[in-house]
Amino acid sequence: MTAKTAYDDVEVGTELPAQTFPVTRATLVQYAGASGDFNPIHWNEKFAKEVGLPDVIAHGMFTMAEAIRVVTDWVGDPGAVVEYGVRFTKPVVVPNDDKGALIEVVGKVAAKLDDNTVRVDLTATSEGQKVLGMSRAVVRLA
Amino acid sequence: MALDQSFVGRSYPPTAPYEVGREKIREFAEAVGDANPAYTDPEAAKALGHPDVIAPPTFVFAITFKAAGVVVQDPQLGLDYSRVVHGDQKFAYARPVRAGDRLTVTSTIEAIKSLAGNDILDIRGEVHDEAGEHVVTAWTKLVARAAEEA
Repeated sequence: MTAKTAYDDVEVGTELPAQTFPVTRATLVQYAGASGDFNPIHWNEKFAKEVGLPDVIAHGMFTMAEAIRVVTDWVGDPGAVVEYGVRFTKPVVVPNDDKGALIEVVGKVAAKLDDNTVRVDLTATSEGQKVLGMSRAVVRLA
Repeated sequence: MALDQSFVGRSYPPTAPYEVGREKIREFAEAVGDANPAYTDPEAAKALGHPDVIAPPTFVFAITFKAAGVVVQDPQLGLDYSRVVHGDQKFAYARPVRAGDRLTVTSTIEAIKSLAGNDILDIRGEVHDEAGEHVVTAWTKLVARAAEEA
């Protein structure tokens, strides 16, 4: 594992570069195929509304996959991720237009741990709503 | 109806091996828009110390969640899957999943709770490679929302 970020260069409170990830209906269809999750709430507006959702929503696991990119882009080696957990608090609602929705992710170092690892706390929001809670990753630095 | 607490601790037999392919990893990385070369270029992955391309951290969920199907669809447990939403998800990695892995999953019911009419089910999936080495553990919390009043 070869992380490009050095343990000695980070402190509690160090902010990771923030990123914004767009998600459209086309993104969700592509993710459904790649992940094998064909639940119609992620592509069928009529079905989503019948089960009480405001509209089609993104796969929670899609949002989880995007959020960790703030960490993997920071360390370079995705294999440096030791732990990663989230709570799905609100759905990312994806309207049927060419813009879709945005998932905004910020992260900062919350603790320095043993073996050159740090805990990063992530916050993911869409339309001002927090879509992931308790979102934490432990990553091994150089 | 609340789920039967006696299912806590129950483990299901390991799944048949899932063979991780380079192109499946590429397809997943493209679907999440992640251009990290460790996912698609074996040389870039080797430069980082990996024997082949590695999978993005959440890739393994497709394998563990399919394995959790034996729990979710266990007729004796009687979970109403039409009311299920994904509550929490966590992974702990011994190493990244990589192309060429043949992975088996052993699913265990860790906890069953009932809260305000919702059934909450915690499933742990232990993922091992062909040599029997631990690769990753996935914890999945499923919430079956209370049925509406008739």
